[in-house]
Amino acid sequence: MMYGYEWDTTTWLTYTISILPIILIGLTVTLKAAAAGFAVALVLGLVFALLRRSRLKVISWTTAVVVEFLRDTPLLVQLFFLYYVLPNFGIVLPAFLTGAIALGLQYAAYTSEVYRGGIEAVHRGQWEAATALNLTRMQTYRDIIIPQAVPRIVPAMGNYMVAMIKETPVLSVITVLEMMGLANMIGERTFEYLVPLTLVGLIFLLLTLICSAGLHRLQKALPKAGIPMR
Amino acid sequence: MDWGSYLPMILKGAGVTMTITLASIVVGTLLAFFFGILRVEGGRVLSTIALCYTELFRGTSLLVQLFWFYYALPLVGLSFEPITTGILVLAAHAGGYGAEIVRGALSSVSTQQLEAARALNFNRFQTLFRISLPQAIVEMMPAFGNLAIETLKLSSLVSLISIADLTFTAQSIRNLTLDSASIYSVTLICYFAMSLVLMIAIRIIEHFVRRGDVFPRSAHS
Repeated sequence: MMYGYEWDTTTWLTYTISILPIILIGLTVTLKAAAAGFAVALVLGLVFALLRRSRLKVISWTTAVVVEFLRDTPLLVQLFFLYYVLPNFGIVLPAFLTGAIALGLQYAAYTSEVYRGGIEAVHRGQWEAATALNLTRMQTYRDIIIPQAVPRIVPAMGNYMVAMIKETPVLSVITVLEMMGLANMIGERTFEYLVPLTLVGLIFLLLTLICSAGLHRLQKALPKAGIPMR
Repeated sequence: MDWGSYLPMILKGAGVTMTITLASIVVGTLLAFFFGILRVEGGRVLSTIALCYTELFRGTSLLVQLFWFYYALPLVGLSFEPITTGILVLAAHAGGYGAEIVRGALSSVSTQQLEAARALNFNRFQTLFRISLPQAIVEMMPAFGNLAIETLKLSSLVSLISIADLTFTAQSIRNLTLDSASIYSVTLICYFAMSLVLMIAIRIIEHFVRRGDVFPRSAHS
């Protein structure tokens, strides 16, 4: 994608301006990877959290071990594992998808704890009241537990989303061309690494500041007592 | 796969990973306390500097920081071995997160304690080192434990600036044998084992810190 581009490296300013379009393409890849990874983490984390609450000891213990393992091993090695080992089993995925799954797996371990904490933080009296009112398990979750758990879950989830955005550069090692991978490629061609890397760093800083501010607002907008589902 | 010849390589890589992790945790903890205390106790200028430090290292990606310092330090005449750069960047990263932990714990010490210290005519240093910190450290321990595990995991990224840690070793063995499944499984298990060891070590330190706690737990909760 970089053939045909000429970069003006005379001063840092002209250099920055000339590489900005390419870095911005990388930014969209970064955001897409984070969004895809976060979607995986949200769904898989909920699955893990519900499996942990299973009454069958075998299931809840196995899930606990898997979550602990995912949480205590580096994303980079998990990424290599998925990227190099999955094809042995005939599963050949595009690098982007492998990266999103790896990000999602790692963060599912974190989000499952958030879900668990959020569900467990709902007062026991609420469960008892639901039982007293003869609500089914489904109704209890839908009308009583989830609406109250959501405001507790959202801030922690948001923090993990920001953290995930900052971890996407790791995907560049499996040839996903996100911002940092592109910055490194530009550096390899011009032997001038600092300007692209600084630019990428600043964009990340801006991104996290914006996300944190947005999160703060969302947190304030959510009603403390719970959101009505209907 | 011939494990006899590869196992020593893996163990050596694991040793490098452990060294980098421990060094980063030690340096990072020092940075965390330094900047965390500045955030709370420093005047407007010093606490702003500390705020810039934490925001800078928390707000940008570790991999970007690693590459940046890897290429930038030689330009200002500081050429370290890659391993030193790796440790310094990891430590600065952990220090940024740690400073927030220290700040949070320090500002959660109840105001009554500070008023009591003032009533007893303690000066600022005595208040900090005899009243606030001993109570705050107990509160910090779980968060610092998580940070230590996080540092171990992130230390795998230094393999990308050509440091022969566990991940780097795994990569080179894979390139020799092309046996991805077993080498990466062993590597993951190695990291998991190191995490468990680190967790146990943190529990022991936590126990030690709590024993030195002069205040009963209920006094500051």
